[in-house]
Amino acid sequence: MPVPEQPTATRWIVELDKVSKSFGDTHVLRELCLNVAPGEKLAIIGPSGSGKTTILRVLMTLETIDSGTITVGGEPLWHMPHRGQLVPANEKHLRKMRGQLGMVFQHFNLFPHMNVLDNITEAPIHVQGLAKGEAQERARQLLAMVGLAEKVDAYPAHLSGGQKQRVAIARACAMRPKVMLFDEVTAALDPELVGEVLSVLRQLAEETDMTMLIVTHEMRFAREVADRVLFFDQGQIREEGPPEKIFTNPDHERTREFLKAVLEH
Amino acid sequence: MVWDWAFVWEILPDLLRGLRITVQATLLGTALALVVGLVLALLRRSGIRAVSMAAGAFVEFVRSTPLLVQLLFAFFAQPILGVRLSALVTGIIVLGLHYATYTSEVYRAGIEGIPRGQWEAARALNLPPRRTWTGVVLPQAIPPVVPALTNYFIAMYKDTPLLLAIGVGEVLLTARVIGSATFRFLEPITMVGVLFFLVSYPSALLLRRLEARFARSG
Amino acid sequence: MDLTQISVFLPRLLEGAWITVQVTAFAAVLGLVMAMISGLGRLSERRVVRGVAGTYIEIFRGTSVLVQLFWFVFALPLVGFALGRPWSRWLDLNLLTAAVLALGLNIGSYGGEVVRGAVQAVDKGQTEAAIALNLTPTHRIRRIIFPQALVAMLPPFGNLLIELLKGSALVSVIALSDLLFVAQQIRARTGETTLVFSLVLVIYFVIAYTVTLGMRRLERRAATGLETGRQRTLMRAG
Repeated sequence: MPVPEQPTATRWIVELDKVSKSFGDTHVLRELCLNVAPGEKLAIIGPSGSGKTTILRVLMTLETIDSGTITVGGEPLWHMPHRGQLVPANEKHLRKMRGQLGMVFQHFNLFPHMNVLDNITEAPIHVQGLAKGEAQERARQLLAMVGLAEKVDAYPAHLSGGQKQRVAIARACAMRPKVMLFDEVTAALDPELVGEVLSVLRQLAEETDMTMLIVTHEMRFAREVADRVLFFDQGQIREEGPPEKIFTNPDHERTREFLKAVLEH
Repeated sequence: MVWDWAFVWEILPDLLRGLRITVQATLLGTALALVVGLVLALLRRSGIRAVSMAAGAFVEFVRSTPLLVQLLFAFFAQPILGVRLSALVTGIIVLGLHYATYTSEVYRAGIEGIPRGQWEAARALNLPPRRTWTGVVLPQAIPPVVPALTNYFIAMYKDTPLLLAIGVGEVLLTARVIGSATFRFLEPITMVGVLFFLVSYPSALLLRRLEARFARSG
Repeated sequence: MDLTQISVFLPRLLEGAWITVQVTAFAAVLGLVMAMISGLGRLSERRVVRGVAGTYIEIFRGTSVLVQLFWFVFALPLVGFALGRPWSRWLDLNLLTAAVLALGLNIGSYGGEVVRGAVQAVDKGQTEAAIALNLTPTHRIRRIIFPQALVAMLPPFGNLLIELLKGSALVSVIALSDLLFVAQQIRARTGETTLVFSLVLVIYFVIAYTVTLGMRRLERRAATGLETGRQRTLMRAG
């Protein structure tokens, strides 16, 4: 399994070491090894059901792992030090670790009973302890960034899919995570709404040094925005490399097949 | 010692005799409710406005007023109507009619759950109305709602003690009679609770399994 | 049927109706509290809490409400008597308290299942978004899950409230002076069966209809802004 070339002095911001995960009889992740550098924009592509989403979900602690270790910001995620030994992490440790991560979901998952402003300020106020005024100021800035400044008081039910997703991105960014996870964020959108969301993602990639892990089917977007592309298939990384390499001259047959099928419609 | 087991064994035969009446009332009442409920559901779908509105009004009114009031009314109104039914028969009829309003709603949901295409296919094949109902609609409407109907069976079982208000010797009245005679209420009433629980809890579990099975195949 | 008697019967009946309303209201409050405790208890991560909540729900749902009423009125004082002071005093409940306890605990067990079902029916994505934003579990339940579950609870709660109103008529059997008890007294004294019972049925219907209208208003208020698909027909049928 080729490891990307990086100077050894850099600390990886996310490390997966021989991570395995099964759902019943299905092995979704097989001894996965992956390292992500700080500030890297990583695109993950591959066939449905290959386990791409699961990588993000185990990082965000939405699923447990069966074996292996995950390290975020130099510290283990699912284990914690206790009297000189590593034991399974408790909720307190998980909460500390989660503070470094953020996630945007395919189905937005906005809180329907709160308006846009409250959706974005909820976590900063109650988790980070920000004062209401400060949190609202931050929220307004983020809304302006995603182009929805005037929707401050609207309820999610009155927004289009693309608008909802942009609010979801603002909500996740409000927590200022070091690593942001994007789980097929345009897959549930009507085609004409995809562009507005992708342009926000592009903006984030170009203007921030946030580490971004983007699972996507949007090949052209991945090619333009990513520093590195991972082709994921049947629980393992089949191939990885810079976008020009993967999209124009992949090494593996499987990668070629997949790209052919996807780009041909 | 608060609880006397010897006393429990002593009164058990009497309680079981009362339970027999309870079970009788439940079975016959349910049978009545199942039949009348279907009739009510069909009447509510009648083309004749007066009929459907009358049936609807009956259902709404009976559902919104207490069973106990209806029971006592039926019992005391008999001399006026010149009828003299036994308390048990009166109780069964009232239980049956009261629960028929609930079952009619369940039947309605089942009938309305049938895709429009079924009706249209029957019309296209020129099936007479009676055959449409018996051959096409009802065989599809009823199986999915069997769990809900069973639910009301269990509910009626738990409502039979109300019959004691018109003097039916079901199990709770038996317990109260024993209590009044011996001044020991704890054992009789608790045992009645146990007897009810022993029937309704397993039935509820069975019902949940039935629901899961119908949910899967439906 | 002597219709002039209505003006004589009605005041007395309305006095009884007031007792009915009070019993229903108090039992509803107790029932609501028990529903929340037992419904959320059933979803607890701790097995003991789940067990206790589950036992309460199964026992009160699985036995007849009239049996429970009799138990609180006739059997509980005897338990207190056998246990001596201070239990003999505490457990010798007056009729109203026993009635409210029995009806409230009974309806609370049905309510508990409604609460549990509604909380479980909230979209899993909401929980995941809350986790991703690092909200504490308590905060998640309180501010995100529960407000959404509450909207789904209202229609079944409305049905249960009507059931409670109908169940309150049972207190006449233990000689509490509710609407039905008063009606029985008047009927026994005057023999005007049809008139008295018709009035009683109408009064119950009016109270029930008022409650239904009130609940519908509450449901509409609670659903503002939410895209809730309400399965009204199915809930009223079941």
